[in-house]
Formats: sequence, C-alpha cells, structure tokens
Amino acid sequence: MSQSGKPTGLFKNLSAKIAAVPMVLTALVVFVGCSVWTIVYSFTNSRLLPSTKWVGLDQYERLWGTRRWLISIENLAIYGILMLILALVLGFLLAALIDQKIRFEDGFRTIFLYPYALSFIVTGLVWQWLLNPEFGIQHAVRSLGFETFTFDPLYNTNTVLYGVLIAGLWHTSGLVMCLMLAGLRGIDEDVWKATKIDGIPAWKTYLLVVIPMMRPVFITTLVLITSAIIKLYDLVIAQTGGGPGLASEVPAKFVFDMMFVSQNLAQGFAASSMMLVAVIVVIIPWAYLEFGGKKHG
Amino acid sequence: MADVTANMQRPSPAHASGPKPRRAFSRNNIVIYGILVVLAVYYLLPFYVMLMTSLKGLPEIRMGSIFAPPMEITFEPWVKAWSTVCTGLNCDGLSRGFWNSIKITVPSVFFSIAVASVNGYALSMWRFKGANVFFTILIIGAFIPYQVMIYPIVILLREIGLYGDLGGLVLVHTIFGMPILTLLFRNYFSSVPEELFKAARVDGARFWTIYLKIMLPMAVPIFVVAVILQTTAIWNDFLFGVIFTRPDNYPMTVQLNNIVNSVTGVKEYNVNMAATLLSGVVPLTIYFLSGKLFVRGIAAGAVKG
Amino acid sequence: MTKFKTFALGMLTAAAAQPVLATDLEVTHWWTSGAEAAAIRVISEGFQKSGNTWVDGAIAGAGGVARPLITSRITGGDPMGATQFTHGQAMRELIEAGFMRDVTEVAEAQGWKDQIFPQSLLDSCTFEGKLYCVPSNIHSQQWLWLNNAVFTDNGLSVPQNWDEFVAAAPKLREMDIIPLAQGQQSWQKQLMFNVLMVSIGGPELFERVYAGRDADYAAGSDVAKVFKAAAEARDLMEGSNVQAWNEAANLMISGRAAGQIMGDWVQGEFTQAGMTAGEDFSCLPGLGVNEYITAAGDAFYFPKVDDPEIIAAQDVLAGVIVSPETQVEFTKAKGALPVRRDVELRDPTPCMEKGMAILKEGHIVESINTMVSPDTVGRVTDLMIEFFADPSFSPETAQAEFAEIIATAD
Repeated sequence: MSQSGKPTGLFKNLSAKIAAVPMVLTALVVFVGCSVWTIVYSFTNSRLLPSTKWVGLDQYERLWGTRRWLISIENLAIYGILMLILALVLGFLLAALIDQKIRFEDGFRTIFLYPYALSFIVTGLVWQWLLNPEFGIQHAVRSLGFETFTFDPLYNTNTVLYGVLIAGLWHTSGLVMCLMLAGLRGIDEDVWKATKIDGIPAWKTYLLVVIPMMRPVFITTLVLITSAIIKLYDLVIAQTGGGPGLASEVPAKFVFDMMFVSQNLAQGFAASSMMLVAVIVVIIPWAYLEFGGKKHG
Repeated sequence: MADVTANMQRPSPAHASGPKPRRAFSRNNIVIYGILVVLAVYYLLPFYVMLMTSLKGLPEIRMGSIFAPPMEITFEPWVKAWSTVCTGLNCDGLSRGFWNSIKITVPSVFFSIAVASVNGYALSMWRFKGANVFFTILIIGAFIPYQVMIYPIVILLREIGLYGDLGGLVLVHTIFGMPILTLLFRNYFSSVPEELFKAARVDGARFWTIYLKIMLPMAVPIFVVAVILQTTAIWNDFLFGVIFTRPDNYPMTVQLNNIVNSVTGVKEYNVNMAATLLSGVVPLTIYFLSGKLFVRGIAAGAVKG
Repeated sequence: MTKFKTFALGMLTAAAAQPVLATDLEVTHWWTSGAEAAAIRVISEGFQKSGNTWVDGAIAGAGGVARPLITSRITGGDPMGATQFTHGQAMRELIEAGFMRDVTEVAEAQGWKDQIFPQSLLDSCTFEGKLYCVPSNIHSQQWLWLNNAVFTDNGLSVPQNWDEFVAAAPKLREMDIIPLAQGQQSWQKQLMFNVLMVSIGGPELFERVYAGRDADYAAGSDVAKVFKAAAEARDLMEGSNVQAWNEAANLMISGRAAGQIMGDWVQGEFTQAGMTAGEDFSCLPGLGVNEYITAAGDAFYFPKVDDPEIIAAQDVLAGVIVSPETQVEFTKAKGALPVRRDVELRDPTPCMEKGMAILKEGHIVESINTMVSPDTVGRVTDLMIEFFADPSFSPETAQAEFAEIIATAD
C-alpha cells in the first residue's frame, strides 16, 4: 500500500531512523532498563539503598500477605473503572455540547479546562475543603435551613473514594473534553450532511458514525486517563492522606511509602513490579491487536 | 513542492461541526445551555471559593462561611504570597522561583514536543522495522509511576554527568513527556489522508521537508493539546524539580509546597489560596491564548482546503 | 561554668581559625512553619557569624519529599552541605555505605560528651564508635493536653490522669464535646498507640516489646491492657474529623474537644491562641500515669565531601548547633527542650519545666525510631490506622497482629 511501509535497505528512510533515535534510546535505556533494574532489585533485601542481598520471592510473599496492598488494589479498581467511564462520558458530553455552534464557546471551554492548570495537590486541598462537613458544602446547605443535610464523603469509609472521584473528575474531564473536541472538529462536515439527508437522528450519528471515526482520539484519551489513574497519588495525599483508615489507599502511595517512609526499597520495588506486570498484561495484547497486520498511515 | 502544499488539506471545517444549525431559542438550545451552565457551576465552585478566600482577612475566614463574599476586600494575601511570605528562611514569596520555573518550563516544553512530534510523524508515516515494538514500550512507560523511577534515573544522570544540572531536568521532562505526546502525535498524523503523504513523496520531498512544510502547519490543534499537557505537567511538577536541581534553581512549586504544605503553625488560608491562584496564572494564560489558536488552527486547515 | 567558658573559648578560636572565606553551605531541612523557621534562623545566623553563607534548602513535608530528595542528592554524588534528618536508625545505611562524614573530632574538641544530655542523644548518633550527627533539640511525645475550661464549665474537675479522663468522657459526650481530639494522619495514630504503650504499660513494657522484640510478651496480658486502653481511646476520638494535628489542637482550643494526646510541640498552638499553661490548659506527661518521656528529637547530618572549605564550614555548623547561645534561642523559638545540661530555659512554661524535671530525673525511654527500623514502624503504623478507624476491629485481633509484627521486627 504505502511505499514508505517497506524499507528496502538500511539507508532507506535514514532520516526517519535518525529521527527515531531519541525514542529508541528512551524506550530501551529508560523504560526497559529502569523497569528491569526495578524488577531485579525486587528480589533483594534493599532497604534505604539498593543492595544485592538476594532473598528470592520473599518480598512478593510479604506483599501479598499485606492487607494494605490488597485494599489499595481494590480501591484503585473501583476508582479506576468509575473514573474511566465518567471522564469519557463527561468529556465527550462537554465536547459535543460545545460543538453545537454555541455562543461563548471560548468562555465555556476555558471554564471546563482551567482545573487542569492546577496541580493534583491543589485540587485535593480545595476539594478537601469543600467536602469538609464543618465548613464546606454541608455547612453551607445546613445554614440555609436544611438542618439534616449530610454530605461528608471524605469522612466515611464507604464513600471516601467517591469524594476523591469528584475531585479527580473535576481536574481531568476538561482535558478529555479538549481532546474530544479536537477529534470532533476533525470529522468532515460531509458526514453530518449525509446523515442529515438520510434522516438519522443526531444521537445515533454520534454513536454509530462519529465515535467510531474518532477511534484514535479515544485511544489517546484512554491511555491518558488510565495512566493517570494508575499513578494516582498526589490527589489522595492532599485530600485524604489515604484515610479514613485504609479506605482510600492506592498502590502508587503504597510504593512511595514503602520506598521513602518505611525505607524498604525492595518491598516498594516488588509492588511496582506487580503494577508493571499488570500494565504489560493489558497493553501487549492490545498492541498486538492494534499493530498486528493492520495498516496505518 | 508548491503544488503539494497547496493541495494538502485537512478534512476539518472552519467552525463547530455539530449536527445542524439551530434557531436562537429552540427547546434544544435551552437544554444545551442549561446543561452547560449547571456543569459550569461544578467547575467554577472551587475557583470561586479560592478567589473569595484569597481576598479575605484571616479573622473573617475563621468566622464566616467559605462561600460568603468578603465583607472587606484585601489584596494583602496576594502581595504577601508573591513577595513576602517565608518559605523556609527566604522571605520573598513565590517571586523567588518564578523565573526558575520559566527557565525550566520553556526548554522542557519545547524539547519534549519537538522530539515527540517527530516521533509521532516517523511512526505514522515512515514506519520502520521494530517501530511498533518501541512504541509499545513507550506506552507501557506511560503507566509507570514516576516515583519508582527516581533511583535508576539518578544513577543514569550521575553516569552521564547531568545530575544537579538544569539540562538534566530538561532531559527528564522530555523523557517522561514522551510516551503520551508521541501517542498523541502518532494518532493525529495517522488520520492524515495517505494520499497527501504519497503525493509529497512522489514530488521528491524528504523526511524533514514533509514534516516542516506539510505536517506542522496542519497539526496546530494537536500541538495546542500537547502544549496544554506539557506546560501543565512541567509547570506544576514538584518532585523532579526538587530532586534534579539545587536550591538556586528550585521552581515555584517548591515555594508553593512550602507555603501550602507546612504542617505546623497557623494556616494562612488566604495566602495559600492566593499563592495557588498565582502559581496557576501561567498555565491559565497559555490555555487562554492557545484556545484562540485551537480554533484558528482548524480554520486555517479548512481555508486551505 | 568553667566548662562553659572553655567551650565558648574553643568556639571562638574555632571560628577565628577560619579565614573569613565566604563558603556557601547548602542546608536541607523541612522546618518551614512560623515557629520552625524562626528556630532555623537562629542556627543560620549563628552560622553566618563565622563569615560563611547559609544556602537555605527548605522543603516542607518530611516523608513525602524531603527524604527522597536527601537520599537522591547524597547517593547521586551531588550532596548538600548538611541536612536535617530523622534521629535514629533511618540514616544508618547511608552511614554504613560511607556517604556520611563523622564529626567525632569536633565533638571531642568541644567536649560534647560532658555537655550533651541525655547521653542517649549521642548514642543514637554513634556508629562504630564515631559520631555521625548533631542533635539539635529534644521533643517528647507522651503528653495529654487538656482544656481546663471545658471541664470546669461542665461541672467536672480537671482530670489528673488517664483513668479520670476516661471517667469524665460520658459526661462530655452528653454536652456534645469530643473527649479526645486527634487528626487522621497516619503518624498520629502510631504516636497515640506508642504513647499509650509507654504511659499505660510503662517504660519496661515498651522497651521489652520493641528493643527486646519479645513477641510472646507482646501477645500477653500486660500488653493487652494497652490495647484495651487503645480501644477506649478509639471511642473517645469518635467525631474528631480533622486531618492535621494542629487542626485537632484547634478543636481543643475552641472547646469542641476536651483533650489531645500529642507531642510537646503542640504547646506552641495553645500559647499562640492566647492560652496560658496551668491556667487555661493542663499538661499530663506520661498521661499522668507513668511519667516517662522519650528524649528524641531532631538531628543534623553531614554528607562526605572533598572540598576542604565545605568540610570546615560543616565543622563550624556542627559547633553552632550545640553551642549554648544557639540552644537557648533555638529551643525557645521551637518550643523544644535543649540538648545541653548547662543551659537555662528562658521563661519556660510550667509544662516545659515538668519536661525538664523528668529529663533530669532520668525518666527517659528510648524512642521507637532508635529501637526498630523505619520499616517496622511503618507496619505498626498501618495496623494502628486500621485499628483506630474501624470500631469493629477488636483489640484482641489487633494485639495478635501486633505480636506477629514484633516477631518479625528488625
């Protein structure tokens, strides 16, 4: 199909190969190199400093016997699934609404996007404040006369993750909107004209025509959101500190605390190796499906 | 060459492409604006609280509701956050780190986007053997929590003699921005019609010529997204800034952290909020400016078509 | 006094011997709040008198940021000139790996052995006979703080010990007052438990469990009493929905809570709120049961460097930190106790005097940080976070899990 797709010699596409050197180096040295390093040292007894005292699978045995780790994974799963769905839905909804030739498009877009300019730490602090029952939303509603109104998600073991979700969604959905908008604007006007002539309702066009056409944008967004979910750390630190109890602990926090607070590097490495393996198990089959045989560009 | 450039087109309309134009006060419009306004409240509420709090004096904060507008507006917290609040021994507020943040952000954003856009272009147009393997590794890299990488990266930078150097920090930002940005550009360039690329090749255009003359101009919207992503990530970065530089190069986030994160003593919420808003001014300005570009970039593509 | 004079002379000559070269010394620390910054200023000013320049590397947040930063800079071959770090086992590995400089010579030249008190401060800085850190101040944790007015206004007498406090709790609850304020942060849960261990269980129990690592004993009936008290404390803390310790202190100051278990640094919050020790608030060291306190605190460490000028500056800083002039002003600013026997506290509060008296009597227990590794502290902390958050977590189960941690502690 494409003449560029089949290089016939080493010097064919030489410029492209030279241009790819930084990427290849980063992939091999940093991501592969550092991951292998991390996995290797997860079989040691490293504490504050990396050491080469091998202990076999001890770190993994301890890891899977630690309740906090199990709770962290469960929390991440719940938060992750909800965040993924809601961020996509909300982001797409915002983009579709903004794309309706509305007035004040710039204004609305800025309003939805500005939270992304603030760090997770700041986001967490602000929402901790708003959700504090003593002076936040609950207090404000009660002082309006609704004495029994209760809204304190952060202080309840069963609801704390939703409190974190409210803040996470606030922070991220604007960017999702931006990506979706870029995707929507990339769709040919003729598509709309054609479906209009055929009398297909707008929602059906979105669902059956537009969204499938936006596949690349969705993939980018998906990677962006899920990678942020897995790395979830700062937000929890600022908003709940992992509490109440262990109810909002997450794996990245477990890793970090192990490495730098408990000064048990190897245990942290073991946990991050498990996270890495989980990611690889999901990504490799996807990459195979995505690249295996199919043709791009 | 000239022909190719003139022929290139991006299948994007100049303006919003939603289903159909509407009359001003249709029921649909009311629903649309209704939803947008309700959602806008959710997004604006924290900003409102931050702004109001930053304009209040401390006694008023202790007494009143966080939603109440200030009875007496004071700009003192803003002045204090910018120029006099103590962050450790140095009492010159956020202003101390402002230029350092610029010094770190500008080259980091530039290099990370330059490298990643070339990556994305090479991956989508000039696929070479093994390209997808490296790309998959990059994607996996996007999921690794940064904190895990601190130790090996320190060792790496030490070995190449860039540890503690501003250049080292720029390199770190370029590396960690690469996965998502490369994906972003690759997917964007993949949606460029192949005929366009083929025509340029037939015309004898080379790798860099096609990139600079054809791909760059039509990729404005995605560059805008990339700039938003990177400016935010690097401007707000704290961990790398503190670990890979020395105190005289510390970015503004270090001061922000020291103001907001101090665990002891009286919390000056008004100063905290003013500092938070101040530190967000630069990314916000960039969003605002790039928002215009965003629209214009799409418009440019369509005019050429 | 003669000793003091020779010491002061030594300091002067040490300072004079330095040619007035403005060596930049970067010092990392996490003292960024008002009182802490005022305290570090005392040290930096004392240091700058020697003609050197203090480059301030203040990073708020001990665990989250400062530790990775400090270890990275040191192992990355770009160390700071000096750094604050947790006193105890935490720094041990960096010392063993040869990254840290010992300041034994300075200590010997200035006769620290005779001055620094209690001795344990130096012991926990010593590794293979050499001194690797300089203690700067003492903080103790084992205090129950009470808002007097909350009790007297409700017709109760101010409790004199833990049992009286527990007995007063039901009445306080009736008045819609939280008996015991406490923040949600994890270290506070660990502090609470270990304070109960020292105060309710007694110093021998505390040391037998952590230093002796006696797992059977930790599972036995003596320690069961501590867990029973912890379960009681858990009930008393219900409704204390704040994160930071100073927010918890505010609950007590505002009268919404009656008491708080916290280290002596919390006193600054009360005095800043206009409360007077003894009149407006009371302090019960050892919860009024076992009046023993931990004498641990903060310490400064010096990474190994090649530059002789920086080494000289490190020596000067080490001397400045423990010098009597610095100690008086520094501890005053920080609300801590001095590390020297020979300095008099300036306008001490009754609570600080109590603390000083306990130290002088030698009623000192080792800190958990010097007895077990940070890893073990972390495991105990995780257990306590769960235990204090979940009323259905029985003290018996918690004790069994605790004993298991002790059995594998290091």
